[in-house]
Amino acid sequence: MFSRRTDLPLDQDPLSRFLPWLIAFMVYLAAMAQSGLIGLDELARRWDTGMAATLTVQIPADPDGGKAANDRRLQKTMNILAQTPGVLHTEVVSESKVLELLSPWLGVVQATDVPLPRLIDVETDPEIELDARVLQQKLASTIKGVQVDDHGIWLARLIQMVRTLEAFAAAVLGLILLAATGTVVFTTRTGLTVHAEAIEVLHLTGAQDSYIAKQFAGRAWGMGLKGGLIGLVLAVPTLVLLGYVADRLQAGMLPDMSMPLAGWLSLIALPLAVGLVAGLTARITVMRNLKRMI
Amino acid sequence: MDMDPSVPIARFENVGLRYGLGPEVLQDVSFELNPGSYHFLVGPSGAGKSSLLKLMYLAHRPSRGLVSLFGREIATASREELPALRRSIGVVFQEYRLLDHLSTFDNVALPLRVAGIRENDIKRHVEELLGWVGLKDHMSARPPTLSGGQKQRASIARAVIARPSLLMADEPTGNVDDRMGYRLMHLFEELNKLGTTIVVATHNEAMVRELGHPVMRLNRGALDITPGTKSTPSTVGGM
Ligand SMILES: Nc1ncnc2c1ncn2[C@@H]1O[C@H](COP(=O)(O)OP(=O)(O)OP(=O)(O)O)[C@@H](O)[C@H]1O
Ligand SMILES: [Mg+2]
Repeated sequence: MFSRRTDLPLDQDPLSRFLPWLIAFMVYLAAMAQSGLIGLDELARRWDTGMAATLTVQIPADPDGGKAANDRRLQKTMNILAQTPGVLHTEVVSESKVLELLSPWLGVVQATDVPLPRLIDVETDPEIELDARVLQQKLASTIKGVQVDDHGIWLARLIQMVRTLEAFAAAVLGLILLAATGTVVFTTRTGLTVHAEAIEVLHLTGAQDSYIAKQFAGRAWGMGLKGGLIGLVLAVPTLVLLGYVADRLQAGMLPDMSMPLAGWLSLIALPLAVGLVAGLTARITVMRNLKRMI
Repeated sequence: MDMDPSVPIARFENVGLRYGLGPEVLQDVSFELNPGSYHFLVGPSGAGKSSLLKLMYLAHRPSRGLVSLFGREIATASREELPALRRSIGVVFQEYRLLDHLSTFDNVALPLRVAGIRENDIKRHVEELLGWVGLKDHMSARPPTLSGGQKQRASIARAVIARPSLLMADEPTGNVDDRMGYRLMHLFEELNKLGTTIVVATHNEAMVRELGHPVMRLNRGALDITPGTKSTPSTVGGM
């Protein structure tokens, strides 16, 4: 479909010297957008399955009861949770951790200074949808004032934000592809005009349109591949750096954001895909335009 | 192309041609070329000789009338059929139209390449023909470095390399000295003896008289045909 030897001096077109670099730039941007897309998708998925499967049960301290009363309330809650289907694991948040969480509001305090609420982290089975409100009703009937928080609202918002970013990255990727295709169409049309005289001679000596199209397609495939490789070579260090930065951030709350293997493979396939798209675009452009000649 | 002697190689019927909205440069041109015939095409500059040849080598479509080649009417031929017809036609263009970026060898090889001939065979044929037209030492030279006569010979070699059934030459002796002119004419005579149908457009009236082939004379777009002065295998079928 693509021909390597050429009867047309396509290499000498000023545009064709420029095109690989233009494509390199676009592939660089596409690689960014694509890995952003993959990273965000991974993030959203892990949050969706990972974090949605946790609940926090909060038992407010009863100021009248002593520590023993509060411990009893905690124990009762734990018992009910243990019997609730869908609960995989429960863990009482330690007092020091609770103090740490409250410190922005209370300042540095001792556990004995104030009655502390007790917190239980509950890991639920993602297969069984345990409704936080149903669980709260169930618990509250036995223990007064129990709150169940499923992080639902802020998680939903985060995921929505990530999905929006993802859509944006996909749109950027699409636009880059469109721009690259447009560039190839434009370059090919220019080539057809510049070499109209030689193309007519080829036609008059009995060349099929496809014979001429092959030469343009071969050039475009070569330039697309070359540009794609340059772009990829430039993109990889950037991505590795970004991955390193993300790893540092991850110490906080971000789930693991390193690129999966499929992601790297899709990046490596990018230059090939660009070469192929460029070649096919050139071929279609030539075939369409030559139809208008005699 | 199959050569059925009863089917004319080329047939024009009331052909008219105008470029864009300009005047008709060819008017009611009708003729037939029989297989193996040899014609001169003469007329003053601007009479429409090159235009008539362009219609015949399928570089242009007529504004009216019918053109048939090898028995195939061109107006109804699909785009996919044209390359096969063109491969049976060899053309020596008035301005050579060699491709400047290709070597002499590649220029001459072009008709074989577009026909998908194997490179080995191409090499053999092209080298042989270039030797025959005296360009063996200029195989890798590019046309801009060739003399007028060398370009002319390269262009003739390209026209005949694929052994066309119909050979057209537009002023093939326009840019060479008399001696070279006669040598080239001799080449055409030889090809004609091998059965190639030939049309040569020329201003060289002395040569036309001397060789004695039938003459197609164009004057302000109208065609007039005179039979040859010496017997040729088949002569023109004027209508
Ligand atoms: N591409 C074109 N566009 C417009 N007019 C053209 C074109 N080619 C030729 N003509 C006109 O058609 C007429 C015939 O031209 P043509 O080249 O066929 O003459 P010719 O007999 O070959 O002349 P010469 O002996 O000088 O080669 C001329 O008036 C010319 O100006
Ligand atoms: Mg002319």
